[in-house]
Amino acid sequence: MPERIGLAALNLSCQRGGRIVFRDLGFRLAPGQALLVAGPNGAGKTSLLRQVAGLLPLAAGEFRLEGAGPDAELPELCHYVGHLNAVKTSLSVAENLAFWAEFFGANSARVAPALAAFGLGPLADLPAGLLSAGQKRKLALSRLFTTQRPIWLLDEPQTSLDAASLILLDAAIKDHLAAGGIAIVASHVALKTKFAHRLTLGQERVS
Amino acid sequence: MSAALALLKRDLTLSWREGGAVGTALGFYLVVVAITPLGLGPDLNLLARIAPGILWVALLLAALLSADRIFHNDYEDGALDLLVTGPLPLPLIAAIKSLAHWLVTGVPLALLAPVLGLLLNLPVQAIPLLVLSMLAGTPAVSFVAAIGASLTLGLRRSGLLLALLVLPLYVPVLIFGVATASAAITGPASPWPPLLMLCALSLASIVLAPLAAAAALRTALR
Repeated sequence: MPERIGLAALNLSCQRGGRIVFRDLGFRLAPGQALLVAGPNGAGKTSLLRQVAGLLPLAAGEFRLEGAGPDAELPELCHYVGHLNAVKTSLSVAENLAFWAEFFGANSARVAPALAAFGLGPLADLPAGLLSAGQKRKLALSRLFTTQRPIWLLDEPQTSLDAASLILLDAAIKDHLAAGGIAIVASHVALKTKFAHRLTLGQERVS
Repeated sequence: MSAALALLKRDLTLSWREGGAVGTALGFYLVVVAITPLGLGPDLNLLARIAPGILWVALLLAALLSADRIFHNDYEDGALDLLVTGPLPLPLIAAIKSLAHWLVTGVPLALLAPVLGLLLNLPVQAIPLLVLSMLAGTPAVSFVAAIGASLTLGLRRSGLLLALLVLPLYVPVLIFGVATASAAITGPASPWPPLLMLCALSLASIVLAPLAAAAALRTALR
């Protein structure tokens, strides 16, 4: 079970190269809720996700964690799946995942079930360099299952995925939410996940 | 702690599997040292006198060849983003990656030096001190190289800029390294003061360089 925490963002602004990408943006996610971030290219979807993961500084505003321990750090509660898959081509599929499991402090026994989550079990011993784009994406998404972290940050998670894998992805997000987790998904494609909130960037409107 | 070990183990595995960086550094070292006597002529006394200097300069250049890889691959494939969200502070990540670079570059280069010393008529009694000075000085080489590697992250042809940034910082290491190894050849001076200075340089680099590298990495990730 992931920790049940809530995440609130207050008056966020993002500045890149002197240009304001978005300003005064806010949302509040209770445990079990998901946020869909939409908007045209360049509206700042990736920037917002990277801000939550602590990779990009906030120009203004702040994040508040609700129900987390006093020494909880937001980035360490997040699973970030960005555009890049962080797959090492000279390691095998299982070794790739085993490293992240160990690095994130998980038991190595969790590697096999994590591989199975997206059906990569039969490919475990294959060098990751031989995987197709979609399979590499699945390997990156399998990282979500190595350790329990309450906040999932998914940036265009459906890229290169086939229809069957999209169903698995939807189910994975649903299970994560049902267990009290939070998901923030930037996506153009309609996922079947029920999003409690929707944030459309480029128009600065939250519903 | 297990996260740190996992990262070190992965970096060592990757450089072993990919092999290119270490092989290139060792090959470059061999070639530079092998062609130097051809340029200087067959004066054995001269070669013996300047052997420590040539071996040290060639080592610095060879170590720099693979320095831009310390962070580059992880930056390109997005792994650096994930490392930052992990349980380790960024300076520690930079330190572990520098340590991995030292283990796969500095240590093999230092151990290869006595063999290459034969090409330069290096006196046998100088070999232990030469290897000792290199083992003591190469941590500084790798850790300072990490600063350059993080500063040039994401640039094209970063290797050349990296060398320009970092080579001047190697001057103290070079001076004390050569002084240690030469003490056995040229005589009565004791090798210990320069060797202790080398150790001090390495220890200071191990502590300070990861902090600088982490600051540069933060900027690169933006």
